[in-house]
Amino acid sequence: MAKVKVYVDNRPFEVADDQNMLRTCLQLGFDLPYFCWHPALGSVGACRQCAVKQYRDADDKRGRIVMACMTPAAEGLRVSVHDPEVVAFRAGIIEGLMESHPHDCPVCDEGGECHLQDMTVMTGHNYRRYRFNKRTFRNQDLGPLVNHEMNRCIQCYRCVRYYREYAGGNDLEEFVLRNLVYFGRHQDGVLENEFAGNLVEICPTGVFTDKTLKKHYTRKWDLQFSPSVCVHCGVGCNTSPGERYGVLRRVVNRYHGDVNGYFLCDRGRFGYEFVNGDRRVREPLVRRDSPGEKLEPVSKSAALERLRGILDGAKILGIGSPRASLEANFALRAWVGPERFHAGVGDGENWLTGAMLGALRDGKARSPSLHDVELSDAALVLGEDVTQTAPRLALALRQSVRWRGFELADRFKIPRWLDHAVREIAQDSRSPLYIATPNSTKLDDVATETFRAAPGDLARLGFAVAHALDPESPEPPALSDAMRSLAGRIAEALKNAQRPLVVSGPGLCSEGVVQAAVNVAWALCRSGKPAGLSFTTLECNTFGLGLMEARPLSESLSVLKQGLADTVVVLENDLYARAPKEFVDELFAAAKHVIVLDSLLNRTGEKAEVVLPAATFAECEGTLVSSEGRAQRFFQTFVPAGDIQASWRWIRGLMIATGRREAAAWEGIDDVVRTAAETLPALAGAAKAAPEAAFRAAGAKIPREPHRYSGRTAVHANIDVSEPQPPGDRESALAFSMEGFPDQPPSALTPFFWSPGWNSIQAVNKFQEEIAGPLRGGDPGTRLIEPGTNGHKGYWGAAPAAFQPKSDTWQMVPLYHIFGSEELSQIAPAIAELIPKPYVALGEQGAAQLGLKEGDEVEVKVNGWARRVAVRVRADLPSGVAGLPAQLPGMDYVALPAWGSIVKAG
Amino acid sequence: MPWVIHIVTVVVVLFVVLNLAAGLIWVERRLLALWQDRYGPNRVGPFGLLQVAADTIKLFFKEDWVPPFADKPVFILAPAIVMLTVLMSFTVIPFAPGIAVSDLNIGLLFVLAMSSLGVYSVVLGGWASDNKYSLLGGLRAAAQMLSYEVFMGLALMGVVIMVGSFSLSAIVEAQQKIWFVIPQFLGFILFLIAGVAETRRLPFDIPEAESELVAGFHSEYSGMKFGMFFIGEYVGVVLISALITLLFFGGWLGPGLPPLLWFIIKTFAFICFFILLRAGLPRPRFDQLMSWGWKIMLPLALANILVTGAVVLWAR
Amino acid sequence: MISVFRTLWHILLHMFRKRVTIQYPEEKPYLAPRYRGRIILARDPDGGERCVACYLCAVACPVDCIALQATEDDTGRRYPEFFRINFSRCIFCGYCEEACPTYAIQLTPDFEICEHHRQNLVYEKEDLMISGQGKYPGYSFWRVAGVKIGGKDKGEAEREDPPTDLHSLMP
Repeated sequence: MAKVKVYVDNRPFEVADDQNMLRTCLQLGFDLPYFCWHPALGSVGACRQCAVKQYRDADDKRGRIVMACMTPAAEGLRVSVHDPEVVAFRAGIIEGLMESHPHDCPVCDEGGECHLQDMTVMTGHNYRRYRFNKRTFRNQDLGPLVNHEMNRCIQCYRCVRYYREYAGGNDLEEFVLRNLVYFGRHQDGVLENEFAGNLVEICPTGVFTDKTLKKHYTRKWDLQFSPSVCVHCGVGCNTSPGERYGVLRRVVNRYHGDVNGYFLCDRGRFGYEFVNGDRRVREPLVRRDSPGEKLEPVSKSAALERLRGILDGAKILGIGSPRASLEANFALRAWVGPERFHAGVGDGENWLTGAMLGALRDGKARSPSLHDVELSDAALVLGEDVTQTAPRLALALRQSVRWRGFELADRFKIPRWLDHAVREIAQDSRSPLYIATPNSTKLDDVATETFRAAPGDLARLGFAVAHALDPESPEPPALSDAMRSLAGRIAEALKNAQRPLVVSGPGLCSEGVVQAAVNVAWALCRSGKPAGLSFTTLECNTFGLGLMEARPLSESLSVLKQGLADTVVVLENDLYARAPKEFVDELFAAAKHVIVLDSLLNRTGEKAEVVLPAATFAECEGTLVSSEGRAQRFFQTFVPAGDIQASWRWIRGLMIATGRREAAAWEGIDDVVRTAAETLPALAGAAKAAPEAAFRAAGAKIPREPHRYSGRTAVHANIDVSEPQPPGDRESALAFSMEGFPDQPPSALTPFFWSPGWNSIQAVNKFQEEIAGPLRGGDPGTRLIEPGTNGHKGYWGAAPAAFQPKSDTWQMVPLYHIFGSEELSQIAPAIAELIPKPYVALGEQGAAQLGLKEGDEVEVKVNGWARRVAVRVRADLPSGVAGLPAQLPGMDYVALPAWGSIVKAG
Repeated sequence: MPWVIHIVTVVVVLFVVLNLAAGLIWVERRLLALWQDRYGPNRVGPFGLLQVAADTIKLFFKEDWVPPFADKPVFILAPAIVMLTVLMSFTVIPFAPGIAVSDLNIGLLFVLAMSSLGVYSVVLGGWASDNKYSLLGGLRAAAQMLSYEVFMGLALMGVVIMVGSFSLSAIVEAQQKIWFVIPQFLGFILFLIAGVAETRRLPFDIPEAESELVAGFHSEYSGMKFGMFFIGEYVGVVLISALITLLFFGGWLGPGLPPLLWFIIKTFAFICFFILLRAGLPRPRFDQLMSWGWKIMLPLALANILVTGAVVLWAR
Repeated sequence: MISVFRTLWHILLHMFRKRVTIQYPEEKPYLAPRYRGRIILARDPDGGERCVACYLCAVACPVDCIALQATEDDTGRRYPEFFRINFSRCIFCGYCEEACPTYAIQLTPDFEICEHHRQNLVYEKEDLMISGQGKYPGYSFWRVAGVKIGGKDKGEAEREDPPTDLHSLMP
C-alpha cells in the first residue's frame, strides 16, 4: 500500500492507494451517501448513490459523474463531492429509490436509526413527486429472530450479498423480474444461517428488523446503552445492549476492529432476553430450617442475618464459574482462599482449559484475534464444530478462505474491494481449509477437504499432520494410508501458507484432539511459520477462570468429606450441568450449608439454603477473558430493581460481615481488579482493559443515553410526579444520564455509535481510525495471554490408538447447537423456539443396524445415565459413533465422549 | 386642653393620609386600566376596593429579606426616612381653616426642607443595597432630585413675593380674589414639573426605571420595607397635589361646599392628573432630564422671580 | 409640547371606549382551534386509535414529559401500550403535535386543567383519548402506510399495486 495524493473539492489529501474513493471520502470525513457498499462487503456499484464528479485535471471544468465506490484512489485524482450537478444527481437517485418506499417510518422499527433516512436527509430529497402506484410485496415469516417487511426494500442487494457471499447462507435469494425485486426465502421458514441477525444491521432500511425488539419496541434514541461484551460464548464479541423501563430491549453489534468487526452471531444478538426472564432471582431466597421447605423471598437484611449465622465459624469452600466475571471469581477465591477455590467446570474441561492456556503461553503459537483469523491463508479445524460453539470464529474462518481469490485478483490487478470482480475471478478457488470433526459442520461448503471420525481418530490425524510437518513430533501408530495421505496434504497446505492457523477446542472434551492441535501449531512454528493457534472456549470467561488456578471440581467432595470445609458457596453456576447428578447430590449432602449466588434460579439454586440475586452482564461491571486471551470490560447497562448486585459485591459484604476487613478496601471494581492483578500476575493486564472509574472526558462523565433520550419527566410520573435523582455510578466513568461528555469517548467506553447525520449503526465509520480498521485510540481490551519466548517445549506425548467401532455400544460424542448448548441464551424465548428437542444422532449405517428410522423413540444409556429420546439419522456421523446434543435444556449432564448403548424403546 | 386636640389632629391626619395613600394604589390601577380599555382590579370586595387590603396583607406576609451583602442599619433606615419626611411635610398643610397640625409661618420652607431630606432615603437605600442597579438608581435619584429641588423652591418664590408670607394658610387666604395659577402660571407649570420629578413619578421615575435598572434603588427591598417606599411615593403624590392646590388653586376656597371638601376635590383632581401623566408620557433619557432641568427650567424660574418681583415693586 | 397634551387628551378619551378585558370565569373567551391547550389523542375515521406509538412526540418534547411504550395487536397494528403525559412539566409548545405523523396527538383549546395536587396532572392514555378525530377529520395513517394490519391487506392502501406474485419472479 502506497500513499497517493488525491484532490477532493480541490483540497489535496494523502490517502492509501488500495482503496476506492467512497471509502476514502468517508475516511476523510466527507458525508457521502451510499447504500450497496459496506466496509465488510466491498463495492459493487449497484445503487448509484455515491456519485461524485471526477475531473481530468485542474483545468477540467466540466468533469464527469462517476461512482465513488467504483473509482480507485489514484495519484492526482480529482473529484468533487459538492458539485451542484452531482448533488442533484444523488438527490435524483434517492428520489427514484424512494418511489415505492412505503409511508411506514412511524411504525417501522428501523426509524430513527435508518440508513435510508440518514441518506435521504443527507441528499436533501424531502418532497415526494411520484404520484403513481407503489409496488407491494407479501412478507415472509423468517422465524422468531428476524422480521421481514419487503415493501420497504430499496433493492441495494446488500442482504443477499452478505447472507450468501459473506455468511455462506443459501436460503435467502433475490427473485427478480423487471423492476420487481424480492429478497426472501423460496418459502416461509426460519433463516438457516447462524448469522442471519446481522441482516438487521446490514439492511439499510427496515426490511429486516429485530423481531425480539419488536416485542418490546423502543427507538434507538430512547435506549440506555453501555459498552458490553457478549456472554454467550468464549469469543468475546463486543456488544451494545440497550435498556428502557428496566427491561433489556436488544443487543446490537459494537464494532471492534480485532474481534467481532461488524457482525455478531444470532446467539449473541438474540440471547439477551434471559435478563428479563421469569427465572431471574430478583431478591434473596432463603429456605426455612427444615430441608423440605421451599425457598422464600426475603429482604436483603434478613438474608444477611441468616448468612451471618451460617458463616459464623464456618469453613467455606467456593466453586467458581466460567460464566462469572473475573472480579466475581477472584472475590470468591480471595474469600475462601486459593486452596478451597474449585473450578465450576467438569474435571475434563478444567484439564483441557489448563492445557490450552499452557499451550498458548508456553509455545510460540499465538492465539489470533478474529481479525487475524480472517487474514490467515490456510487453516485446519480439528475436532471443533466452530459454527456451533464459537460461531463468530466460524464467520471469520469463512472469510479466510478468500485469500486465494485475493491473490488471483492481485495478479490481474483487480482491487480487492471490487467485490464482484474478485469473486468472479476467484470462482471456486479458495485457500485451504481442512475440517476434521465427527459431524458435518456449516463450514464444510468452503472446506478443501473434510474428515469425519471419532475423537480418537481426529487426534490421530492431528498427530499425523504434526509428524508430517516435523518428524520429531510423535507419530500415531498404525496409520492408515488414507489418513497418512490426508495428513500429508494438510501438512503441505499449512506449510505453503504465509499465515497458517490451527483451530481446536474443548468441544469434544478430548485430550488427544487438543494435544494434536497444539502439536500441529508448534510444529509449524518450529518450521518458522507464524502459526496461529485458536482455541474456542465454551463460555465467556473460561480462560479467566482458568487463569485463577482453581482446583478441580471433583476434589471438592473429598475436601468436604475430610471435614476441611463444611459450607459450599456456588458462584453463578448450575453444577448439575457440570457434573453427574449423583456427584452433585452427594456434594450438597456432604455440605452443612449451600449458598448460591446466581442471576437465574436453576437446579443448583433449588438445592441451596440461601440464594443471593447476582447481577447479569447488563446489571454490573466486570471483566471477561475471551478465548483469544483478551481481557475485556463490560459495563452496567441499567440499574436493576430490587436487591440485585454484582456477585463480588455480595461476597464483599459477606466478607466484611464475617470480619474479613480487607474486603472493605474494594470500594469499586477497579480496586478488585487491582487486587487480583497483584495476587495473580497472569491477570496483571486486566486492569488496563478499560479506563478506570475516575476517568473523565473533558471533566465529564460519559452518558449512557443518547442526547435525544425522551420521557425523563414522565417515565416515573405514574409512581411519583417528583422526578427521582438519576442513579449514580461509582463503578465506571459512565453515567446513567443523557448528560455528559458530548463527543466520542474512548473506544472501551463507547456505549453506542452515533454521529451527527448518522443515526444508523453505520455511524461507526466516524469512530474508526480508518474505515474497517481499529477504533479511534485503539480497540478495547488487553491481551493477557501471549506466547512465551522460552524456546521450544516438547511435543505432547503419544497419539491414541485407532478407533474401533463396536457392535453393541456406540461412542457418544457431544453435538453442539448454537441455540441450546449454552445455559443463558437457551432461556431467551426467541432462542428457545429454535432449540431442538433432545435426540440421539446416529449414522445411516448404525440406524440400519438397529433397525431405526428418524423419529423413533430409543433409550440411551451412558455410564448409568439413561434417557428416552428420539432418533435423528445423520448421514455424516462415522460408523460406531453416536451424537448427543450437549447442554440442551432438560438434559442431565453426562460426561462425553463415552461409550453408551442405544435400545429401541417399547 | 389644646394638646389633646393636637394629638387628635395628628392621629387623624396620619390615619387619613396613610389610608388615602394606600387607597391611591387602587385608584391608580383602576384609572390606568380605564385609560387602557381594561377594568383594573375589580375582583376583591366591591369594585375591587379590598385589593388594597389584599396587597397590604400580602406585603406584610412576604419575607422581609435583608441581603447578606447589604449595609444593614442603613438598609433599614432608608425606607423609614422616606416615610418620615413625607409625613412630616403634612404637619404644615392646612386642609381647611383651622384644620392643620401646625400652621407654621414658615410652612412652605418647612415643606421644601423636608422634601430635600427625602432624597436621603433614595440615595442611602440605593447605596446600602450594595447592588449595581440600586447604586445607579441612587446616583440618578441624587442628581435628579438635587437639580429639580433648586427650581422647585425658586418657582414658588413668585407666590411668596406676591403674598409676602411663607405661611401656607396666608397664601390660601391671599387667593380670595384670584387663584395664583393665573398670575403665576409659569410658576405653576415649573412647580408641577418639579413636583413630578420630586416624587419620582413617571415620566420622571428615572431612579427606578424598571426597563433599565430592574427597580433601581429598591431592587433589593421586599416585604414591608418595599411597602414603605411604595406608600411613601403615594404620600408624596398627595403632598404635591395638596401643595399645588394650596399654592395655585385657592386651597379650600370655593363656593357652596364646605372648605374641606373643596380642598379634597381639588387635591384629588391633581392626583388624577398625576396618574394621567403616568398613563400618557414616556420616560425621558437621564441626560435629557438633567439638561432640561438646568438649562431651561432653572433660567425660567429665575426669570419668573425677576418678573414677579419687578411687577410687585412696580405695583407698589 | 402640544403633542404631550394631545397624548394626554387621547388617553383621557379612552375612558369611554369599550373594554377589551373578558371577565373570564363568567364570560368564556373564544379560543382558536389551533390554540395550544390540553393535549388529546384522537381516533381514526373508523374509530381506531390513531396513535401508532412512533415515539416522535416523546423525542420532540423539549421537557421530556411524554413517555409511552409501543405494542402491537394480533394483526400487526401498532398502538401505545401506555401513553403518559406529565402536564405538570408540559409547556404546551405544540412540538409533539408538529412531530406527530398521524395527527393523533393534538393540542386543544382547553386550558382549564389546574389541579391542587401535581400528581393529578399526570395523564394516562385513558385520560388523553377522545372519541373523535379532533382537528384533522378524514385522515387515516394506516390507509397510506404500506404495512398490513387487520382489515387492510398488502396492496390495499392508497396508491398501491396489488402484491407481487412471487411465483412470477425469476430466482
